[in-house]
Amino acid sequence: MSASFEAVVVGGGLLGSAIGYGLARLGLKCAILDEGDDALRAARGNFGLVWVQSKGVGKPVYADWTMQSARLWPEFAEELTARTNLDLSYSAPGGIDICLSDEELRDRAEKLAVLCSHQKGGFQYQMLDRQDLLERLPKLGTEVVGGSFSPHDGHVSPLYLMRAMQRSFKDAGGEIRPAARLEAITRNGDGFSCRMAQGTMTASRVVLAAGLGNRDLAPLVGLAQPVHPVKGQVLVTQRMAPFLDLPTTRIRQTGEGSVLLGDSHEDAGFDVRSTPGIMQKIAQRARRTFPDLAKSRIVRTWGALRVMTPDGLPIYDQSQTMPGAFAAACHSGVTLAAAHASTLAKYVAEGRLGDELAGLSAGRFDV
Amino acid sequence: MFRRLKGDAALSATLFFEGQPVAIGDGDSVAAALLAAGIVSFRQTPVLDSPRGPFCLMGACFDCLMEIDGQPDRQACQVDALDGMVVRRQIGTGNHDH
Amino acid sequence: MTTDAIDVIVIGAGPAGMAAATTAAKGGAKVLVLDDQRTFGGQIYRNVALAGTAEAAFLGDDYMAGQSVIREFCRQDLEFRAKATVWQVTEERQVGYSMDGSARMTTAPWLVLASGALERPCPVPGWTLPGVMMAGAAQTLLKSSGLAAEGAVFAGSGPLLYLVAHQYLKAGVKIAALVDITPKSNRVGALPHLLQALRRWDLLAKGRRWISEIANSGTPIITGVEEIKVLGDDAAMGLAFRKGVGEWHEISSPHVFLHLGVSPNVNLSLSAGLAHNWDEGQLCWRPKVDEWGVSSLPGIAVAGDSAGIGGGLAAQAGGEIAALGILAALGLIDAGARDTLAREARKTLAREQAIRPFLDSWFRPGAELRLPRDDDTIVCRCEELTLGDIRAVVNIGLVGPNQLKSFSRAGMGPCQGRFCGLTVQELIARQTGQKPADVGYFRLRPPIKPLLLEELAVGWLGGGGGMEGSIRFTDASGKCGTQRSSSGPMTCT
Repeated sequence: MSASFEAVVVGGGLLGSAIGYGLARLGLKCAILDEGDDALRAARGNFGLVWVQSKGVGKPVYADWTMQSARLWPEFAEELTARTNLDLSYSAPGGIDICLSDEELRDRAEKLAVLCSHQKGGFQYQMLDRQDLLERLPKLGTEVVGGSFSPHDGHVSPLYLMRAMQRSFKDAGGEIRPAARLEAITRNGDGFSCRMAQGTMTASRVVLAAGLGNRDLAPLVGLAQPVHPVKGQVLVTQRMAPFLDLPTTRIRQTGEGSVLLGDSHEDAGFDVRSTPGIMQKIAQRARRTFPDLAKSRIVRTWGALRVMTPDGLPIYDQSQTMPGAFAAACHSGVTLAAAHASTLAKYVAEGRLGDELAGLSAGRFDV
Repeated sequence: MFRRLKGDAALSATLFFEGQPVAIGDGDSVAAALLAAGIVSFRQTPVLDSPRGPFCLMGACFDCLMEIDGQPDRQACQVDALDGMVVRRQIGTGNHDH
Repeated sequence: MTTDAIDVIVIGAGPAGMAAATTAAKGGAKVLVLDDQRTFGGQIYRNVALAGTAEAAFLGDDYMAGQSVIREFCRQDLEFRAKATVWQVTEERQVGYSMDGSARMTTAPWLVLASGALERPCPVPGWTLPGVMMAGAAQTLLKSSGLAAEGAVFAGSGPLLYLVAHQYLKAGVKIAALVDITPKSNRVGALPHLLQALRRWDLLAKGRRWISEIANSGTPIITGVEEIKVLGDDAAMGLAFRKGVGEWHEISSPHVFLHLGVSPNVNLSLSAGLAHNWDEGQLCWRPKVDEWGVSSLPGIAVAGDSAGIGGGLAAQAGGEIAALGILAALGLIDAGARDTLAREARKTLAREQAIRPFLDSWFRPGAELRLPRDDDTIVCRCEELTLGDIRAVVNIGLVGPNQLKSFSRAGMGPCQGRFCGLTVQELIARQTGQKPADVGYFRLRPPIKPLLLEELAVGWLGGGGGMEGSIRFTDASGKCGTQRSSSGPMTCT
C-alpha cells in the first residue's frame, strides 16, 4: 500500500468515485479515502435519475453543465460496462414530470419556458396533456392532468454505477482506502499531507468530495462549502414485470423490476429514519398517479440526506491559499457523474477549474 | 413424499393448483396442502429462473411466493388454504395485471 | 378497549409474549397483543391449543406444556389481534401493523418485543433446491398439519435437529439418516461448561435418550461429518457427505431438512433502533437489555428468544420478568412487590440458562460449515448471489455489509437478510481480516414485512381501537370453537 499519490480524493460517494475514476483514467496515481460502512453516504439514497428538465431554471451555468453531462452519459455508461461487464441499467428514453393539478402543470410550464429561453435552443421539452401522457405511460389516475416530457432525461442504477466506477478506478490503478477518515491536511512542499488514523499520505492534488463532511473539511484548505442536509425518503416495491418504460421524477421502475417511489424534502437534521407520515404521503401520491400500484408490495424504504447548497446548485472550488486543493459538492451525483468523470477530472489534473465552472464557486454566496 | 399422519380423516376441502384439484386438510396453509399433494416446486425466481419451494415455513424466507386467487407474491405458508382457491406457480416477477 | 387506554403492546404471542401479556394483565395493565399468525403459540407452541393425545404422543410433553400457558393467557382481560403483521416500530413506540388488508398505527407507553428466533442460515451447495427445508419447517408442518416427509435426511447440528427427528420417529415416520455435522473439536471448548450444565442433567439425559431412541430405531446416525452438499438439479435428490479426508457418500431422498442452530429474530429490534451486542458464544446479535428486559430505548422491552436463545421456559420467565418491570414502571405495583414476584421467574431463568454455555459450545456451528466453501454456493437466496459474487464485490475495497448491499443487492430481497445477514457479516470479516462484531450488520428499515401500497396509502395514522380478533381453541373436553373477542375477558367455548 503506497503512501504517495498524485491525487487524493476524500470521499467515496458518487462525486468522489466519478472524479477518482476520471483521474485514474487519465493516468494519475490516485487514492480514494472513504469512511466506514455506517457513514451517511448520500450516494446510497440516490433515486437514479439522469435528469435535465428542472435543473438550473434561471441559472444557465448549471443548466449548461447538466446538459453537458447528459450528453456525455451514453458514452460514459458504455465505457463503464465495457470495463466491468456490469449492466448499469442505463437508458435515456426521455422522462416525465407528472402533474396532479392544473396548478402543478402551470408551474411546470412556467419553469420550463424559462429554462428553454436561456438554453439557446439546446433544451427540448413538451408540455403534455392527459391524453398525450396516456400514450406514453400506463393507466393514469384520474387526478393526473398532464406533465412535461423532455427527451434528454433518463435513469440508471445508482448503485451499479457506483460499483462500476469504483471497480474501474481500481482496475486503472486507483487505490480505495475504506474506513479511512481524514483528520488533517497540511501543506507539503507544493503538495499536501493527508493524515488519517491509519497513517499519512502525500499528494500533489487533493479533492474534497465528502458530501456533508465537506462543510468541516473545506476550511482545512482555505475553502468554504456551505452544505446542509435535506432528507428524502423512498419506498421500494417487490420486483414487478416491466410496465413503466419512462422514468418520472417521483416514480421509476428499475432494471430488476422493482419500482421506486419518492420523494420528500425534509429538514430533519441528520435523522435518516423512515417515518410513517412521509411513507404514507409518498404512497398516496403514487397511488393517485398510477392506481394499479395499489396492489404492489412495499418491501423496503430508506431515508437519505441530500448534500444541499444554499441555492441547490453544485459548488466547485479551487483553493487560492493552497493551490492544488479542490472541493466539490452537489446533490445530483448521478446526473453529473459523466461530467465529473471527464471534464471535472480533467480540470483537477490540469490544476485549474475551467471558466465554465466559475459561476459555481462558493464565492457566489458572499454578500 | 409428505404424508398425512391422520390420513384422509383430516381432509375437508379442495383447492386448485394449475387446474388440478388438491385436497385440503384441517388447518392447512396453501403450502402444506401442496406439499401433501407431492408438489415441492412453487415458483421460478425472477433473477435466474431457478425453481424454488417452501423453505422456512414461518414467513421469513419468501421462497414460497405464489399466485393465489389472482394475486401474486403471496407467501403460500402464510395463507390459509380455502375451498375453491385457485393457486398457480409464480414465474419470475409474477403477473401483476388486475 | 380503546387505543388510548393501552398500557402495553406485546408483539408476538409465543411463550414470552403470552407470559408477558398474562403477567401484565394480571397486574391490572391494559394489554394489546399482536401476532401475525392466525392464533397464539408462536413457533414452539404452534397449534398446541388444538393438539390432543395423538399429538402429545409424538410431539412430547414440552410441547404440550404450552396448553397451560395458553389457558392462562385466555383467562386474562386483554385484547389479542391475530393475523396482525407488524411492519414498523419507531423509537417513539409507534407500532405500524397490517390487519385485514389495512394498515394501522397504535402506540402505548410500553412495548414488549417478543419476536422469537429464526433458524441460522445453512449455506451449503444445493440448499436452495425445492425439497430442501429447515428442520424447524419440518416441525411446523408436523404441528400445524400433521404432515411428515417419509424417508427424509436430517442434516446439521443442534438440539432441534435431534428433537424433530425424535418427534418423527415417535410419529412412526421413517428417516433415511441423521447426518450430524457438529465438529468433534467442539467438545474441548464445551468441557469447562459441563459442570454447570450438570445442574440440568435431566436435559442432558433427555437429549441422550432421544439419540439412543433414534439409533435404536435403525436410523443411521452419521457423526463427525465435515462437509455436506444437497444433490439434484431442479429439485433435491439426496445428500452427499464427507467425513475427514474420506470419500463422499450419498443418501437418496427428495427431502432434506437442514439445521445449524437458532438465532434471535432481530429484524424488528434492529429496525426500531435498539442497540445490539454481538454474542460470540451464540454467534449472533442480541438487543442490549437490562435485568428487566428493558432495551436501550425507554419504554421498549425485549423478551424471549429474540433477546437471546434460551428456549420456551426461559422465554416465559423472561416475559414475566419484563412485565413485572413494566407494572412497576406504570406504578401498578411497587418495586418491592416487583422484586418479590420476579423471584420465581428468575430462578426458572437461571435453571434454563445453566445449560446454555455448554449447548452453545458443544453445538457451535463450525466455521467451515456455517460459511460456504465453493464460489458457486448461493449466499443471498433472494438475489441469488453466490460466494464468488460476494467475494468479487468485497474485493473492490469495502469493509461492511451495507456497502456490500449497495453494490451487490445482497440483503435487498424480501427476506431482508434473515437468511444471509449472518453469513455475509462473517464472510466480510474473514475476507477483510476484521472481527465479526466490528463488521456490523445490515441496516434494517421498515417495513420489516412487506405491505401493500394501498394499505400504506389509506388513512390510518393514530387510530384503530376496538378491532375484532378471532381465535380457535379446544378446551380440555375436546370441544372446538371460534370465539370473537372484542373487549372484556377472552373466553373460549
